[in-house]
Amino acid sequence: MEDKAAAGKRSMRALLTKLFVFPVLMFGFGYLMVPLYDIFCDLTGLNGKTGAISSAQASQMQVDTSRQIKIEFTSSINQQGNWEFRPAEPTMLVHPGKPYTTEFIAVNKRNEAVISQSVPSVTPNKAAAHFDKTECFCFTEQKFDALEERKMPVTFVVGTAVPKDVDRITLSYTLFTKEPG
Amino acid sequence: MNAQAVDHADHDDHHHGPAKGWMRWLTTTNHKDIGTLYLWFSLAMFFVGGAMALVIRAELFQPGLQLVAPGFFNQMTTMHALVMIFLALMPAFVGLANWLLPMMIGAPDMALPRMNNWSFWILPFASAMLLATLFVDGGAPAGGWTMYPPLVLQTGAAFPMLIFAVHLLGISSIMGSINIIATIMNMRAPGMTYMKMPLFVWTWFITAYLLIATMPVLAGAVTMLLTDKYFATSFFSAAGGGDPVMFQHIFWFFGHPEVYILILPAFGIVSQIIPTFARKPLFGYSSMVYATASIAFLSFIVWAHHMFTVGLPVEAELFFMFATMLIAVPTGVKVFNWVSTMWQGAMTFETPMLFAIGFVIMFTIGGFSGLMLALTPVDFQYHDTYFVVAHFHYVLVPGAIFSVMAAAYYWIPKWTGNMYDEKLGRFHFWMSTIFVNILFFPQHFVGLAGMPRRIPDYAVQFADFNAISTIGAFGFGLSQLLFAYIMIKTAIGGKKATSEVWEGAEGLEWTLSSPPPYHSFSTQPIIK
Repeated sequence: MEDKAAAGKRSMRALLTKLFVFPVLMFGFGYLMVPLYDIFCDLTGLNGKTGAISSAQASQMQVDTSRQIKIEFTSSINQQGNWEFRPAEPTMLVHPGKPYTTEFIAVNKRNEAVISQSVPSVTPNKAAAHFDKTECFCFTEQKFDALEERKMPVTFVVGTAVPKDVDRITLSYTLFTKEPG
Repeated sequence: MNAQAVDHADHDDHHHGPAKGWMRWLTTTNHKDIGTLYLWFSLAMFFVGGAMALVIRAELFQPGLQLVAPGFFNQMTTMHALVMIFLALMPAFVGLANWLLPMMIGAPDMALPRMNNWSFWILPFASAMLLATLFVDGGAPAGGWTMYPPLVLQTGAAFPMLIFAVHLLGISSIMGSINIIATIMNMRAPGMTYMKMPLFVWTWFITAYLLIATMPVLAGAVTMLLTDKYFATSFFSAAGGGDPVMFQHIFWFFGHPEVYILILPAFGIVSQIIPTFARKPLFGYSSMVYATASIAFLSFIVWAHHMFTVGLPVEAELFFMFATMLIAVPTGVKVFNWVSTMWQGAMTFETPMLFAIGFVIMFTIGGFSGLMLALTPVDFQYHDTYFVVAHFHYVLVPGAIFSVMAAAYYWIPKWTGNMYDEKLGRFHFWMSTIFVNILFFPQHFVGLAGMPRRIPDYAVQFADFNAISTIGAFGFGLSQLLFAYIMIKTAIGGKKATSEVWEGAEGLEWTLSSPPPYHSFSTQPIIK
């Protein structure tokens, strides 16, 4: 080491800088995967991520009365919390391009106020990108008083570009307890 | 080791020797001392992790719950994996790298000796923190070494200790890897071009790059877990708009390269040993280098084969299935090259060669079961069964661990100047090989029949194979006491070894005396 030339020392320093910066960048890359994952899911409709559009946009859509798609509603409760949660109607027949509204009914069975958050998912994946909601209780947190029962509306429209072989779409909500209100 | 230290001092007539007393080990910057520390540390942790495995196997000896509570059983499966991967196997390979790389490339020491000291001495503290979780409120982590949320977020007081231990272990191995890359790039003897480097150097060179690329990603993932639990972020919490499946993607982006981090140095070791005892040069040297590089590259694009059942679109499942199966090509090249090296060689079967041949055969068995698991449709049945357990234990125990043992037998005469007891070494090999197969082979059968992994109880139809497996586990565990005995005995004394040690050995390390001087190659050799 002692008899190494100064040039060698300089190239060593350059190499070490690269070798130390690289792991730092990779640490950042780990975090970068979070937005990349979201973008990837949005673009592909993977993970059942649905779109949101304004009601003005929805009303401008051409209604395709030649097609009828069956929408199934399901609900589930995350393990924490004491809830009753169900769709008001189990299925609905819809035309692509036309907005529809349905409701989900939630009952807070606890004797205290609580804040909930519902997370939607749509299957099949190829339909998810064409399933747009103009209004949904899942857009915001919902506060429930003790023992409160409430009907929560969702308004959606299935885009006319939904693939031809899709004749059935399932919209599922999972209700999470965020924190006692 | 003190006897060895004295021996060193006698040899060192032209250089200052090591410092005296225990402070030598704390403050040492010598690559041989640090290599020795890594290797003994790893051996100790091998027994800690092994004891945990025996708790698991003892509970599984019979159906029903006999010995431990299910929660503690889960702590054992989780800690066994963490200890064996991060505290036993990885330090063993880093220890071998420390001892061997400078001697193999004709360098006086590692490029960054002080950082080398630091890389090692972080380890005992990180390990103490990880092992101390066994004694805190709520017990050790029990959600599996993969730390999937939301389950892992239910860990008690052990949770931050787990996260910070992973951070420290990551820092330790990143520093070790930077040191290895800097050593290999800047300190090779004149004339040693990249394509003249011994394969152990090559495989570690590539492994070190995998480490600095993926350990930070793991550090990021566990930091997200930490902030999710304590600082109200929602990276993996669905209620807050996050996604627990995303953790699996980030984790396995680290995790799959990690499994090659555990096997590539093993490839290097076996590629050093087989030519020596076959008395032929390695068949297909350059194809070995390219195969290693290909495996390293492919390791970054196959991660989702660990999560075929989370609900991926069929296109993704096909991509990850084919990409995974593609890895069989460079791996097959390696196995063919090892066999071709042995073909028509004048083979002898000393202990290192036995372990190396055992590696080739049993690693290949593990590779084939891996190929079966790569098939998406059948993986839906195999996922999270004992078939998976059998697969990765075949590649890690008679695979990676056998390679470390082969290396220990092969180089310990060089390190200490003493020959190990050949008769005992062969006995150790045969005991290990017989018992490791009794231990893991039946797990293929119970796995195919549907026995889930990480469960302390099981249906009675699995009872016979589990009893056999447990007998194999205790036989294998006890055989390793023999290994520790042989290593300690050789470190203390024994028949003197020559400089060459092995008749057919090639490489710069064999041109040094046995044991080598405290500072080797202060004048670099010239490679023609």
